[in-house]
Amino acid sequence: MSQKPQVPAIEGWHTMAAQPHLIGTQCESCGTYFFPKQSDYCRNPKCDSTEFREVELSRTGKIWSYTNACYKPPAPFVAHEPFEPYAIAAVQLEKEQMVVLGQVIEGVSVEDLKVGMPMELVLEALHETDDDIKVTWKWQPAAQ
Amino acid sequence: MSNEIAILGVGMHPWGKWGHNFVQYGVAAAREALADAGVPWQDISFVSGGATIRCGYPGYVAGATFAQALGWQGAEVNTSYAACASGSQALAAARNKILSGESEVALVVGADTTPKGFLAPAGGYRPEDPDWVRFYLGITNPTYFALYARRRMDLYGDTLEDFAAVKVKNSLVGSKNPRARYRKCFSAEDVAASAMVADPLRLMDICATSDGGAAIIVSSLEYARRIGKADAPRVAAISTVTPTFASSVVEMPDIATDSAAAAGVEAQAYRASLPVKAYEEAGLGPSDVDLAEVYDLSTALELDWIEDLQLAPRGEAAALLRAGDTALGGKIPVNVSGGLACFGEAVPAQALSQVCELTWQLRGQAGDRQVQGAKVGITANQGLFGHGSSVIVKK
Repeated sequence: MSQKPQVPAIEGWHTMAAQPHLIGTQCESCGTYFFPKQSDYCRNPKCDSTEFREVELSRTGKIWSYTNACYKPPAPFVAHEPFEPYAIAAVQLEKEQMVVLGQVIEGVSVEDLKVGMPMELVLEALHETDDDIKVTWKWQPAAQ
Repeated sequence: MSNEIAILGVGMHPWGKWGHNFVQYGVAAAREALADAGVPWQDISFVSGGATIRCGYPGYVAGATFAQALGWQGAEVNTSYAACASGSQALAAARNKILSGESEVALVVGADTTPKGFLAPAGGYRPEDPDWVRFYLGITNPTYFALYARRRMDLYGDTLEDFAAVKVKNSLVGSKNPRARYRKCFSAEDVAASAMVADPLRLMDICATSDGGAAIIVSSLEYARRIGKADAPRVAAISTVTPTFASSVVEMPDIATDSAAAAGVEAQAYRASLPVKAYEEAGLGPSDVDLAEVYDLSTALELDWIEDLQLAPRGEAAALLRAGDTALGGKIPVNVSGGLACFGEAVPAQALSQVCELTWQLRGQAGDRQVQGAKVGITANQGLFGHGSSVIVKK
């Protein structure tokens, strides 16, 4: 295992804790959640608030759907060589009433997944640079 | 109905990878449509173009570009950009001009030249751009199509064989369409042998991008009567509604859906909302529809559209497919043009090409693809950033 420091691939989108959370915002007026963060205007048509608080989103949810990527995506994706397919899940968060996409952790494929399956948020490497390991949020089947 | 307009003529440049300038395809389609209508170019008082964003400045001002190419004759012009619904929005602009009495007869035209390979976002570190973020995280266009397809499998029991059957059906009928790009008949074995792209979708389940051009001549009903075309097919409805918050389905290029957590907010499916306005406007219902042209970006998506258009109850489109009901000769034929499976997507021309196909069908001029006795047809498509459309054409 590399001894390089782990840094977020995208700054400010999730916490770096052992049990990480995505960081979103919530409208102070109507309670609508936003991910990625929205701090300028509320997109609920019944609300004209401009006040938001930063919140940690639920780190567990249920699979809305899932797939895998069998072909190497174009840049800015940074692929391992040789390219290794990976799974992707869309996970429904109960409290926030929204679906969030993310890769599924290495070693879990579509055969292991099902609509409705409980998932939890973890951090895993997205790619490595000369200086550090860029980590991002990924979904993994929840510990039962 | 007072909001109907007549379709006097239609034309299409064949789809393909011809490598020409997009203007050439649009001019060819426009000239075919003018000849089909029997309307002289000089009589067109409004030119409504679908924009292409991949062909530089002339593409951003497509209406003027086509008017200049056909020969300036003083017509007013418009250019519409609405992603995959650009053609429908250009058609809606022409309808407004005609219904307001400002123009009697208009040309609607869209054409595109597509680049080779993947469309990729601009480089750098740009997390404020959702398109950059999703590519960085390894989420491509087929990812979204595959999420919808896999959900069908788990919820409704659709199978890989069902998805392949859509391709087999569309390639069979598309092989009879001289304007289609892919005219080979494929078998279920061919589909199964193609490479997996985004499970459960294989290469042959996903549509390509193409060059192409489509054009339509539309007029007031009074003008149509005057030139002896009172029985021409009519545009009975155009829906270009946007989504209603909170949109429940994760859409390209977003990483998350809207949140429906606020009081009084419900999650709403955008695709299913598109035909609702069209049916209302036309005063028709799903049971009146004889055929549909839907946006089969993937084979599985054709099944979603059949349910969104209320041609089958939710979850039952595959049963319709298995019974042969959506094939030519079936109860409700879908994509008898061959669909995107046989054409590939030429964005600003695609929604217009759907209307061209319905026009030929309603006139009884579709040859080997003819749906017998077709009187009402509906289109559906959806593009990025809250754009989509549904058009109803009737005899």
